[in-house]
Amino acid sequence: MKPILSCRNVMVDFSGFKALQGVDLDVQNKEVLFLIGPNGAGKTTLLDCICGKTRASSGQILFEEKIELSKLPEQKIVQEGIARKFQAPSIFLHLTPFENLEIAMKQKKSLLSILLAKMTRVQQEKIEAILKKVGLFESRHILAGSLSHGQKQWLEIGMQLIQEPTLLLLDEPIAGMSGEERTKTGELIKEIANDCTVVVVEHDMEFVRNFSSKVIVMHEGKVLCQGSMKEIQENEEVKNVYLGRSG
Amino acid sequence: MLKKYSQGAYYGVFFLILLIAPLLLTDFRMGLLAKFLCFAIIAVGLSLIWGFTGILSLGHGVFFGLGAYCMAMYLKLEASPSGLPDFMEWNGITELPFIWTLFKNPFFAIAAAVLLPFCVAWIIGFFTFKNRIKGVFFSLISQAVVVVTVTLFIGSQHITGGTSGLTNFFTVFQVPLADPGTKQILYFITVALLAVIMGVSLLLTKSRFGRLLIAIRDGENRLRFLGYNPAIFKVFIYALSAAFAGIAGALFVLQVGIISPEMMGIIPSIEMVLWVAIGGRYSILGAAIGAILTNGAKSFLSETYPDFWTIFLGGLFLLVVLYLPNGLAGLVEQIKARFSSNKEKKEVKQREADSLVS
Repeated sequence: MKPILSCRNVMVDFSGFKALQGVDLDVQNKEVLFLIGPNGAGKTTLLDCICGKTRASSGQILFEEKIELSKLPEQKIVQEGIARKFQAPSIFLHLTPFENLEIAMKQKKSLLSILLAKMTRVQQEKIEAILKKVGLFESRHILAGSLSHGQKQWLEIGMQLIQEPTLLLLDEPIAGMSGEERTKTGELIKEIANDCTVVVVEHDMEFVRNFSSKVIVMHEGKVLCQGSMKEIQENEEVKNVYLGRSG
Repeated sequence: MLKKYSQGAYYGVFFLILLIAPLLLTDFRMGLLAKFLCFAIIAVGLSLIWGFTGILSLGHGVFFGLGAYCMAMYLKLEASPSGLPDFMEWNGITELPFIWTLFKNPFFAIAAAVLLPFCVAWIIGFFTFKNRIKGVFFSLISQAVVVVTVTLFIGSQHITGGTSGLTNFFTVFQVPLADPGTKQILYFITVALLAVIMGVSLLLTKSRFGRLLIAIRDGENRLRFLGYNPAIFKVFIYALSAAFAGIAGALFVLQVGIISPEMMGIIPSIEMVLWVAIGGRYSILGAAIGAILTNGAKSFLSETYPDFWTIFLGGLFLLVVLYLPNGLAGLVEQIKARFSSNKEKKEVKQREADSLVS
């Protein structure tokens, strides 16, 4: 199978500090890939590189085998079909969940088309379907700023879904959630994976164990190893990294 | 639904008062009110960019001035029987400069009063917003533009009339400006244009475009990762508000009869922002009323206690910043919430808390 995203020798240099030191990584179509690793391993930086927030100083990031992402502006990358959920929930606090989704929705996003935009029946139904999916239908008309932390996270996931991406990047989607909310988020991710490829950065091992099929361990800006959670747990190198011993 | 209805009522009352005002006011007072309505047009534009989009422009005096000068050039030519404005003769110029010849046509002058500020703002906005200059840095650049423009206008005395600006107009479309009938017609034109501009602004803010403006204010970067280019939206709304200021400038010159570089300088530019802050930057009607009330208070106080005005304005601004972050419009909402259900009260409180830090 051909990879949907492939990173070749990606390096990022923050004025001397090498956050990524040559990452090689393939993401297959429609898989759920978990990125784990200790703090500072470069997981978030890698996502930043893919979505254009940070520029790789060298290397290649190829999407669908033809689009070189490292040169495109952020909004073009999104238009190619890559959606990103940030670590801290970043939603529009002074809009309602309904309006947040209206803005995020897959549509022509030029000045003229937004000026002339009218809410169609299809669009409204699509927004309402997503609202139900992420459990925010009841609170669709209150300001998003007054939602709970977990609800904000879900709203942001919803905002990514409604863009109908082919690749979804989730940065710590369950941070700050209660146990029940975590399970619900996990189920949601599984459901999403039916339609698109998902890359998740996560610290919570319990969560990774329950919902992952494939895991990649990163350490000091490099890919350390990959495999199923069971294989990873038995890997000596990984144990050393997580327990802080140098091999 | 109820909310929608009550908003319409506010607008209805506002324009009803403006329509019956000429019956109750002396000619002098009506002239003042007409001037304040021009300022209200600027305030509406500022509310769009500052309140809704989060762009604080401290340089809208320039766009007001550009609109005013475009109109004034036409009026000046119509008031110069020799075809050459008086100040040019004093400067030893014998032939009308090319740029002035264009303004012999009143329709060109009116179009330029709207389009010139729009285009200038588009260019300034394009280079700043595209390069992701925002917040206080943009405000500083907008101030610099004021200084440059004012210096340029004072420096090119032979074309612009220098410090004393353009004045001594007599007729527009061959109709005498000083005539009470003309003044009344101009007043109603101003009210009509204010209504159109407020209507357009209201429609914009209630549309998807309006929600996008709020999204820019809340999280411009997030928007980029949703596939938008926020810069182009900011450029457009900034240029639109500049065009509003240009229209205000043209109407101002027709009714007040003078425009000088001082009137587009730093102090008027900042005062414009104060009107909007006092009236409520998140409300289009609030901003307009803010401009009218602040200027009304200004002319009342400077007639009775000339020394007291600036202190009063400063005090008023402090009061608004400390106790009314959403201006008078916010105060009205607060009072309304006190008389309605608990749920609405909570919502207003929350908006207030947010605006204190934003």
